[in-house]
Amino acid sequence: MATGIKDKVAIIGMGCTKFGERWDVGAEELIVEAFQECIEDAGIDRNEIQAAWQGTCIDEVNVGKSALALALTLHLPYIPVTRTENFCATGTEAFRGAVYAVASGAYDICLALGVEKLKDTGYGGLPSIGGGSLAFFTMPNMTAPGGFAMLAQGYAAKHGLSMDEVKKAMAHISAKSHYNGSLSPKAHLQRPVSEDQILNSPMIAYPLGLYDCCGVSDGAAAAIVTTPEIARSLGKKDYVTVKALQIAISSGEELQYDNWDFDHFVTTSKASSLAYKEAGVNNPREEISMMEVHDCFSITELVTYEDLHISERGKAPKDVMEGFYDINGKIPCQPDGGLKCFGHPIGASGIRMLYEMYLQLLGRAGKRQVQNPKLGLTHNLGGFPFMNINSVAIIGRHDV
Amino acid sequence: MIGIVSYGGYVPRLRLPRMTMFQSMAWFAPATIAVAQGERSVCNWDEDALSMGVEAARDCLKGADKAGVDALLLASTTLPYADRQNAGIASTALNLKNEVLTADFTGSLKAGTTAMISAFESLQAGNKNSILVVASDKREAKAGYFYEMWFGDGAASLLLGKEGVIAELKGFHSVSYDFPDHYRDAAKKYDYIWEERWIRDEGYVKILPEAINGLLSKYSLSIGDFSKVVYPCFFSREHAAIAKKIGASPQMVQDNMHEACGEMGTAHPLAMFIHALEDAKPGDKLLLASFGQGSDAFWFEVTENIAKLPARNGIKGHLAKRKEMESYTKFCQFRDRLGADTGIRAEVSAQSPLSVLWRKRKAILGLVGGRCKVCGTPQFPKTDVCVKPECHAVYEQEDYEFSERKAKIISFTGDLLAVSIDPPAIYGMVQFDGGGRTLLDFTDCELEKLEVGQTVEMSFRKRWYDKERGFHGYFWKAVPQEKA
Repeated sequence: MATGIKDKVAIIGMGCTKFGERWDVGAEELIVEAFQECIEDAGIDRNEIQAAWQGTCIDEVNVGKSALALALTLHLPYIPVTRTENFCATGTEAFRGAVYAVASGAYDICLALGVEKLKDTGYGGLPSIGGGSLAFFTMPNMTAPGGFAMLAQGYAAKHGLSMDEVKKAMAHISAKSHYNGSLSPKAHLQRPVSEDQILNSPMIAYPLGLYDCCGVSDGAAAAIVTTPEIARSLGKKDYVTVKALQIAISSGEELQYDNWDFDHFVTTSKASSLAYKEAGVNNPREEISMMEVHDCFSITELVTYEDLHISERGKAPKDVMEGFYDINGKIPCQPDGGLKCFGHPIGASGIRMLYEMYLQLLGRAGKRQVQNPKLGLTHNLGGFPFMNINSVAIIGRHDV
Repeated sequence: MIGIVSYGGYVPRLRLPRMTMFQSMAWFAPATIAVAQGERSVCNWDEDALSMGVEAARDCLKGADKAGVDALLLASTTLPYADRQNAGIASTALNLKNEVLTADFTGSLKAGTTAMISAFESLQAGNKNSILVVASDKREAKAGYFYEMWFGDGAASLLLGKEGVIAELKGFHSVSYDFPDHYRDAAKKYDYIWEERWIRDEGYVKILPEAINGLLSKYSLSIGDFSKVVYPCFFSREHAAIAKKIGASPQMVQDNMHEACGEMGTAHPLAMFIHALEDAKPGDKLLLASFGQGSDAFWFEVTENIAKLPARNGIKGHLAKRKEMESYTKFCQFRDRLGADTGIRAEVSAQSPLSVLWRKRKAILGLVGGRCKVCGTPQFPKTDVCVKPECHAVYEQEDYEFSERKAKIISFTGDLLAVSIDPPAIYGMVQFDGGGRTLLDFTDCELEKLEVGQTVEMSFRKRWYDKERGFHGYFWKAVPQEKA
């Protein structure tokens, strides 16, 4: 009988680069920047790392395929290094590999590092990610904003809301993240933006405007994990443990069957339920202290509040407008600015989210510190609303 | 009885007023004011002779016995492929049976009527029972040239056969001359055209009467036996002069559609003829003649069956589905004559995997999906494992055609970031009546008029052209329908 991951693995070190348009560096330099912070934080010798996972998504403009980039850059001593790729859940998948390796007892200390160098394409936005040879012939030439813009249409239609009402809630979400980003020194975008500016921004894919879309950034983030016993033996007192790690992937029903209205994420709804069960959370609205969710677009964040079973169906706009998810609200969401402002180097994002939760849990989050957090939730959503990879992770203080 | 069993038309909905063209080019070609009346039909950026031909054929096959079609003849002077049979692509798009003869007829504006004669002779010989003839053209002319105004884009289709004939074939007659009024080198985009006065006097006004009179004398007819005479000629004065020469009264002459859509190449005589059939009554005798390095002339007699033909758009319906094109530069952009910047994002070029196209030809070209024989769930694409969660039956799907089914919009967007010849790229998810759903590009629509729940119909379109490799990619798109 499987017993889940709760408290079997401890995070003893994390690192994260400055995110942004890092014209000064490539993926290799980003790897070193994140790794150096991480290894110093862990306080171990680099040769104690027994296995590593590298998360990179779009290899064409990045470091190519395989995990060689991580091994060669850090000159890891012939240890197993594995590349993970699962769209925007790539970083969390790398983390999951390292965590499961420790939990299995195969290794004592493992590294997960996500990195993405996106700003070498010559244009704005993400490169398109292929969907296979049949999709090449049949799928619309869809961009990420376009794919998620359809979610806003579906959500508004499902709940009988006008697009103006949805857009107002979306604007509050982006304004909140911009404010949080201004408190976050490593964030890509650090300027507060008003809701009016957001509502009046140029259209990208109707109804999503410029400020409904997250930044396209370069960056890397890393985590070193081990068993709680080893963490204690290393003298770590306030260490953080993994409470839940869940992934759910679309089954094809959203895309091909007849029972979904393009209004929510089936995957998130399922993975979050399993994550709460794994972590022993009975009432997430009361028990989750803070979150970093996958706000690739403001509408994604809005709908995700409901799929995480924190806002009721159709009620997320109300919670948003009442400040429930603001930095001083009941459950602060995106305290570091989120994908929206901290940035979104795809392979690094999942680990960057964990990094923020980790800093908050250890009381190291500076001006944006959440009061006495116990459990932090992170969420990734890769792909499109109609076919996606969802991850939900919960980490917390070891004594919770 | 041998004759026409069914007809279908296609005129793209975009119409560019000739005055709009004149206003953009008057500084360069002030003389074009003389012909700047009426409007011409214009392909959307995702249409060409092949896609329009498929649309006309679909219109023609409404209520017809598709499985009984023995041959598909596609006539055009502007087919996308020089070697990869265009009729074969059309046949796959229409999901005709494999045991079908397909052929491209090209090289002359009379290729459409010549295909008809070949089909009729094959029917007469008893080798075939049902032959689909399609004619379609999208011709190019240089900016500021009269012909840019005179040409239109469009397609027409006739199903020829023996059962349920609506217009009986009574006779035909052909003449062939190497009359070089214009020509187009195989590698050139534009026609080279000689002086109009010569084309009118030595061409239209001599060759058409010769073919028509030849038909009359072959069957001992007089022009007065006919209720309608159909022949192309976009010079209005000469169109009337030909009637005078053959002794037809002005009322007998079928309108040349010059004001409504312009001259649609090989499709034009067929389109004019269909336009005449749309108003014809049983017993009417119709004369049809084409023009293009000679002429083919036909004698038809309309039967009682014409009243039984199921509803279709035909030429009339498509002429009524009109959307004014407001910009001449847009017309140029749609025909790749403007060179508008589409950014670095558009530079990504990938080869089209031909082995996949072959393996998945029914899905890609025919929009054929699967229907689970166990639970009845339609799905696109057809897969080995049923998508219904309570079923998941393996290897149980049969072919299921989606192309003629209506669907409803589940969601949509207008994407300004996506590379598009006509931004925003509009696409969305649609749910088919009767089950099944997919994501599709939308076309022939305006973003601000779209709503969740709106009805869409399918249309065969070009999705991209790979200039580097000369590959034309086709698939189906959703056309939102105006609310009733």
